[in-house]
Amino acid sequence: MRVALFVTCLVDTLFPEVGKATVRVLESAGVRVEFPREQTCCGQMHLNAGSRDVARTLAERFVRVFDGYDAIVAPSGSCAGHVRAHVPEFVDGGDRGVPERVFELSQFLVDELGVTETGSSFTGLLTYHPACHSLRMLRVGSAPLRLLERVPGTELVELPDAETCCGFGGMFAVKNADVSSAMLDEKLENVLATGANAVCACDSSCLMHVGGGLRRRGSSVSAVHLAEVLAP
Amino acid sequence: MSDASRTAPPLAFPEAARRAVANAQVRANVRLAQNAIRAKRASVVGELRDWEALRDAGAAIKRDALARLDELLAQLETSVHDAGGQVHWARDANEANAVVVGLVQQTGAREVVKVKSLLTDEIGLNVALADAGIEALETDLAELICQLADERPSHLLVPAIHKNRREIRDLFRERLGRPDLADEPGELAEAARAHLRAAFLRAGVGISGANFAVAETGTVCVVESEGNGRMCTSLPQTLITVMGIEKTIPAWQDLEVFLQLLPRSATGERMNPYTSLWTGVFPGDGPQEFHLVLVDAGRTRALADPVGRDALRCIRCAACIHVCPVYRQVGGHAYHSVYAGPIGAILQPQLSGERGQPGSLPFASSLCGACGDVCPVRIDIPRLLVHERERVNAAQSARRETVPLQAIGRAFASPKRYERAQRLARALQRLVVSDGWFVRFPGPLAGWGRSRDLPAVPRETFREWWRRERGA
Amino acid sequence: MNAAREEMLARVRAATADVVLQDLPPVPRDYVRRGGRSRREVVELFSRRVADYRAEVAVVSDPVAAARRILAVHGAARVGIAPDLPAELWPSGPELVEDRNLSPHELDALDGALTTCEAACAETGTIALTGRDGQGRRALTLVPDLHVCLVRAPDIVETVPELIERLGPSARLGRPIVLLSGPSATSDIELARVEGVHGPRRLVVLVYEEG
Repeated sequence: MRVALFVTCLVDTLFPEVGKATVRVLESAGVRVEFPREQTCCGQMHLNAGSRDVARTLAERFVRVFDGYDAIVAPSGSCAGHVRAHVPEFVDGGDRGVPERVFELSQFLVDELGVTETGSSFTGLLTYHPACHSLRMLRVGSAPLRLLERVPGTELVELPDAETCCGFGGMFAVKNADVSSAMLDEKLENVLATGANAVCACDSSCLMHVGGGLRRRGSSVSAVHLAEVLAP
Repeated sequence: MSDASRTAPPLAFPEAARRAVANAQVRANVRLAQNAIRAKRASVVGELRDWEALRDAGAAIKRDALARLDELLAQLETSVHDAGGQVHWARDANEANAVVVGLVQQTGAREVVKVKSLLTDEIGLNVALADAGIEALETDLAELICQLADERPSHLLVPAIHKNRREIRDLFRERLGRPDLADEPGELAEAARAHLRAAFLRAGVGISGANFAVAETGTVCVVESEGNGRMCTSLPQTLITVMGIEKTIPAWQDLEVFLQLLPRSATGERMNPYTSLWTGVFPGDGPQEFHLVLVDAGRTRALADPVGRDALRCIRCAACIHVCPVYRQVGGHAYHSVYAGPIGAILQPQLSGERGQPGSLPFASSLCGACGDVCPVRIDIPRLLVHERERVNAAQSARRETVPLQAIGRAFASPKRYERAQRLARALQRLVVSDGWFVRFPGPLAGWGRSRDLPAVPRETFREWWRRERGA
Repeated sequence: MNAAREEMLARVRAATADVVLQDLPPVPRDYVRRGGRSRREVVELFSRRVADYRAEVAVVSDPVAAARRILAVHGAARVGIAPDLPAELWPSGPELVEDRNLSPHELDALDGALTTCEAACAETGTIALTGRDGQGRRALTLVPDLHVCLVRAPDIVETVPELIERLGPSARLGRPIVLLSGPSATSDIELARVEGVHGPRRLVVLVYEEG
C-alpha cells in the first residue's frame, strides 16, 4: 500500500513537530510514508472565504499531486474533511477517486488499519476537544478517543460542552476577533474546569487558537495535537 | 443609544458583535436560555425513532413546494376564495403595507391586535399603520416586552431572550403601572394577561402571520403557546393574515410532518399548546371577513438562486439559533436583522438583495456546522453561508480582504511560490517575534493578538526537515 | 391587485425555470404513520402526556358525573356549552349557558366551558376541536378560564399523522380547527415554561369509554 502524507500548509509552516510526530506514528504502525513534495494547500480556507476559483485551482492540484496513492493521511480533520466533502464537486474532469482515499490520522489508524495502540509514552491527565470539522464534516466519530484511551500513562477526562465550537473558524478568528475570543473564553473555562494537564485535538488550527489563549493567560495547561500524544 | 434600540443605525457585524460581547448580562441570559432549550430539544427529539425520516420528508416537501410554487399559489388562492376568504398579492413591503392599511381603514378600526409575525417586522407594518393613525398592539408576551421597552426583538422565537426576569419586572412596574410586581415569571405573565385581555375582548380587527398555508384546502396554520394567536384569529370580526409566499405547502397531509418537526425543534415540546387551523370563514365561528395577503418582498429573488433557494424551506423554528456558538456570545441584536443567527445570516442578504454593508453577516460564522445538524428541513446552512460569501465577494470585487487571500491562493498554486512565501514570512516576522513567539501583532494580526499568543514560524518547516532528514 | 398577482406569478415561474419537475424524487414518507400500541396503552399514554402538560386528566366511567364533580370543585357556577352538546352529556349542578353567539364579554363572565372533542393524539397529549357536536365555537374554549373537555376513548389515536388524517374531512369542509396541548403557556421569561397566559389557565380532560 502506497501511503502519502498530506502534511497541510498550517502544520508544514507553523507546527512541523506535529508533522514529524505523524510520521513516527504511521511508521510505528508499519506504514512506509511518502511525502509528495509538490503538495501545498487543500484550499479549504479559500473556499470558506468565498474565493471559489482559487479553491478550485487548489482542488485540481490536490488531485494531480496525490493521484496514484492508495491512502493519503493528514494530521487534520478539517483538511481531510474538506477534501472528502468538497473537492469532488470542484474538479472538472473527475477526481480520480482521490478524495475518498484521504483520511485524517486517527480515522486511518482505527478504521483502515485497525490499530489502536501506537507505543506512546505520553503521560498525564488529558481532555479531548472534538474539532467541529472533524466532528461534523468528516464525521470522525470515536476514533480519536479509542486511540487516546489506549495510551497507558494517560487518563482521559471528559470536556464539558465538548462539541461547542472553540471559535477559531479560519479567517473568522481575525475578522470577528471579539466573538472568536468570547467563544474561546468559554472553551477555556471548560478546559480549565477539567483539571487536565493538556487539551488534545485532531486539528492544529483549533490548537493554535486554544493554545494561544492558554499561554496568554499564563496557564500551564498545554495544547497538544493527537499525533504528539500518540507518537512513540 | 444601545444596539437594542429600534432606531439604532445598522452596524457591520464585527462592530456590533464587539459591543455585544461586552454586555455580560445579555451573554449570561442567552447562555442560560440556550442551555435550557438545547436539553429540552435533545430530549424530545431523542424520543422519536423516526426523526431523521421526518427531516427527510420535511426537506422534500419544501423542495417540492418551492419547485411548484406558482401552481400552489394559484391553488391556494382558489381554495381560500372557495372558503369565503379574499386573497391579495403584494410584490414588496410598501405594497403589502398599503394593502393592510387599506383593509383596516375599510373597517373603521383605529386599533388592531397583532400576533407576532416576523414578516410584518420585515416590512415595517406597525410603522405604516401608525402613520395611518392606527395603533397595532403586539400581543405576544415577548413582543409586548419589546414594544414597551421600545427595543427590537433579539431572537426569532423568543424575542425578549435578552431580558431577564428582573429587567422585565422593572419594565412592567413602570409601563404597566404595577409598582408592586415581583420578578416571579408567573406573576409577570399574569400582569401581561390582565393588560391584554381588555384589548382582546374589544378588538374588531386581528392581524397575524402564518406558519403554513395548505394549497389543497386553503387552510392557514398558526402555531403558538400563549393563546394570543387564538385571541387575535378567532375573536375579531375581521382577520388579516400577512404571509410570505414560501410558507405554502401542497397538501393537508403535509402538516403531519411539520407539526412534529416544528414544536420539537422550536421549544423542545412534543406539541405546542395551541395550533390554529382556519380555512376562509366559517359561519357562526370566528371572523366573518378573512383576508390573506401573499407577500414577495425578495422571496422570488432568493428563489431564483439554485443554491440559495434552499433557505426558503425555513420553518422559523430557531433550532439553528439555539445551538449557534456565535449567537451564544452576542445575542440577536448584533445581527441588526429581523432574522438573526445562522439562518438570518443567509436570509437577510437574500431577501434584501443587499450584499454591501452590512455584507458582513455571512461572515459572522465559524462554520462549525452545529446548525446544519439540527435544521429540521435539512438546510445545509454552512454551505449556504459559503455561497453567500462568494456572492458578497462578487458584489464587492475590490473588497480589501479578498485581495490578500487571492495572493495567498496564487502562491499556493505553485510549490516554488509556496515555499518562497514560507521563507518570506519567516524573514518578515523577525521584527515582531522574540523567543519563538510574536510579541507585536501588526496589521491583520491585531485582532488575534488581543487575546491570544501566536507562535513564530519555526526555523525549519516540515518539508525542509523532510528534505534534510529523508533526502529528496 | 391583479397586476401584482401576475407579476409575482411570473417572477416565481422565472425563478424556478431551471427546475425539471420530473427529476425531483418523490417525497419519502418513511416516518411512522400508524402506531402499534394497544387501545389500552393508547389511552394510558394519552393520559400521561396530558398530565405532563400540567392539565388535569382522569379516565372515568361516568363522564357526566365526573364533569359535575369537577365543575363543583372548581367553583364553576355558570358554565358555557355549545347548543349542540348532546343532551345526555348535560350535567346537573351548574347553570348551563348555551353559547348562542355570546359576546366576548359575556363569555368572559362565564366560570368555565364544557365541551366534547373531535379527536385526540396520545403521543403528544393533544386534543383536536372542529366545532361540531358539542365541541363549541373557538371562542367558547378560549375565553372562559376553565375548559372541561370530554374525550371518548375510541377518538384517541396514537400518532400525529393519524390525528391529521382524522381531521382531513373537517378541514376540507372549511371547519376551523384548534389543537390543544395543555393549558396556555409562555416560555418568554428566561425560557422557563410558565402556565396561564391568554387561553384557559385550567384544562381538565375527562376520558371515557363509550356506552
